[in-house]
Amino acid sequence: MTTISAVVPQKPWAKSSQEKLIAAGIVVLSIIATYAFVEVTPLKGKLAYFVSYFFIYVILDSLYSLTTHGVSAAKDSIAKGFITAGVFVAVMPMISILLTVFMRGRRGLNWNLFANDMSVNSVNDPIGQGGLLHALLGTAILVAIALIISLPIGILTALYLTEVKGRFASPIRFLVQAMSGVPSIVAGLFILSAIVYPITKSYSGIMGSLALSILMIPTIARTSEEVLLLIPNDLREAGVALGGTQWRTVAMVVVPAAKSGLITAVILGIARVAGETAPIVLLTGGGERVNANPFSGPMGSLPFYIWKAFAVGTEESITRAWAGIFVLLAIVMVLFVAARFLGERRTSK
Amino acid sequence: MSEIDKDGNENMDVKPMTSSLASVAADAALGKRIPGGQPMGVGLEARGIHAWFGEKHVLEDISLDFWSGTVTALIGPSGCGKSTFIRTLNRMHEFIPGAAMAGEVLLDGQDIYASGTDVTKIRLKVGMVFQKPNPFPSMTIAENVLSGLKLAQLKVPNRDDLLEECLERAGLWAEVKDRLSAYGGSLSGGQQQRLCIARALAVRPAVLLMDEPCSSLDPGSTLKIEETISHLSSSMTIIIVTHNMQQAARVSDYTAFFLSDGGPGKMVEVGPTGEIFSRPKDKRTENYVTGRFG
Repeated sequence: MTTISAVVPQKPWAKSSQEKLIAAGIVVLSIIATYAFVEVTPLKGKLAYFVSYFFIYVILDSLYSLTTHGVSAAKDSIAKGFITAGVFVAVMPMISILLTVFMRGRRGLNWNLFANDMSVNSVNDPIGQGGLLHALLGTAILVAIALIISLPIGILTALYLTEVKGRFASPIRFLVQAMSGVPSIVAGLFILSAIVYPITKSYSGIMGSLALSILMIPTIARTSEEVLLLIPNDLREAGVALGGTQWRTVAMVVVPAAKSGLITAVILGIARVAGETAPIVLLTGGGERVNANPFSGPMGSLPFYIWKAFAVGTEESITRAWAGIFVLLAIVMVLFVAARFLGERRTSK
Repeated sequence: MSEIDKDGNENMDVKPMTSSLASVAADAALGKRIPGGQPMGVGLEARGIHAWFGEKHVLEDISLDFWSGTVTALIGPSGCGKSTFIRTLNRMHEFIPGAAMAGEVLLDGQDIYASGTDVTKIRLKVGMVFQKPNPFPSMTIAENVLSGLKLAQLKVPNRDDLLEECLERAGLWAEVKDRLSAYGGSLSGGQQQRLCIARALAVRPAVLLMDEPCSSLDPGSTLKIEETISHLSSSMTIIIVTHNMQQAARVSDYTAFFLSDGGPGKMVEVGPTGEIFSRPKDKRTENYVTGRFG
């Protein structure tokens, strides 16, 4: 008789219950010590508790490691403490923003938001009257036109940099990188001084889209370039060795292989511009009624709606603004999750 | 006399090579030359090939002929220019930035480097299988096999027949016939390499270049690919680079030994595989094939 069936999987490297108890003890001790420390010193507020807790915990934990495992273990504990603190400092503002937007935004949320515009209401009217349909539709149209302009230009630029590798590749790469740092107000002022003042002399949605394209093209081009550089050169060689021209190899082998990464690049480009406010404020005129024609008349948008409602400053208008932020943030989050999902499907295949 | 030569050539094209030594004897009786001799007017002939990467001279004065229906193995230590040499035979050498070359490569008597040559047509006639299996990841097995037709914009009357024929010739049909719409990446490494062979066959090349096709494969897959090579050799010219001398001995009719003494790679010796492995003329070849270095 063998006893193989009696063998159970174990984790001999896991912490014993005694070690877990000590770890929990250090945490409890740190909390008590923090409380006492803040009481006896003139420090006040939440921040004082957080900072004192961090230092007291790191000191206690490293002292324990020093007594049980020696100097190198103590150094390890200190490093671990600082790294954990760094993560908290980085993540806390993001969580704080999301929670604030959710808590404040939900009070202004109702179905009328998606059915009405503000043409017969003012931002000071009770919540439930009027809505942000004009802003939602405006943002959708502005971003869609910007995408139609930026998608081909951005991806063709990336193909020039990675596939054609022409003589101007390195200056263009430099320019694209510099362009991705252009402040959005500069893009807005450029369109304003180059097109709106000398030529059209009126605000419209298309002008906003042109400014957004200036911001979107470098994002799409850079991300696409990185994705295309990941495609192994073997595939390009295989395509050419089968009698394909370079263009057919790129179109039939390289781009399909990079497809999901390119979709991610495009979604990141959309998310980059969806919340842009400065060029929109300068160029679109910010209408209050639903306007589906980007070529004439002022066009509303979510960033503009938020900006304007905040500026009024009454309780109702500020609630409206938070609801607008909630909707905008939800759209951007959905886009980022979609980008993540599409990007990961590639690696799992 | 020319009549006899012509008949001899035609026979060469269709006759499976059973024993290389016997055919060399027969060829010698017909007044033909072994590879490395004078132009034959058919097949693939390399004339005085040199190659450079930037300033580095990597290949010096290689002249080598490849007869239709034969398998020629190129052996030699790493860095002796074997892969660079076969990449000059289908103009893939120029794909590497900084590459340069000299000499001529005659395909059916025409220099493939002559100005005005359509390089895509050359690569259709001289196919290539790479060291690492590289099926197209966005395509299914069937699409991979037929991808050359799309890339080169060729029309065939019956794609299904061609698909089956190519997979059959590459020795993969039995394993994949029930999952032709699965992605190429789902196959094992050895199957992927045979898929790449099937893909290269679909455009009906006259010459197939294989650059260490088995170097990343296990012995079982290597054996299958060697069987595939011996089946294919009856109908096309095969040039295979290999580090595995047993493989060269098993699959090839002729063997060329390349060597670099730190400078550019040179061809030390070429001849029927049996002779290279049993009675090499050059001491360095003997040292290499008996495993004394390299």
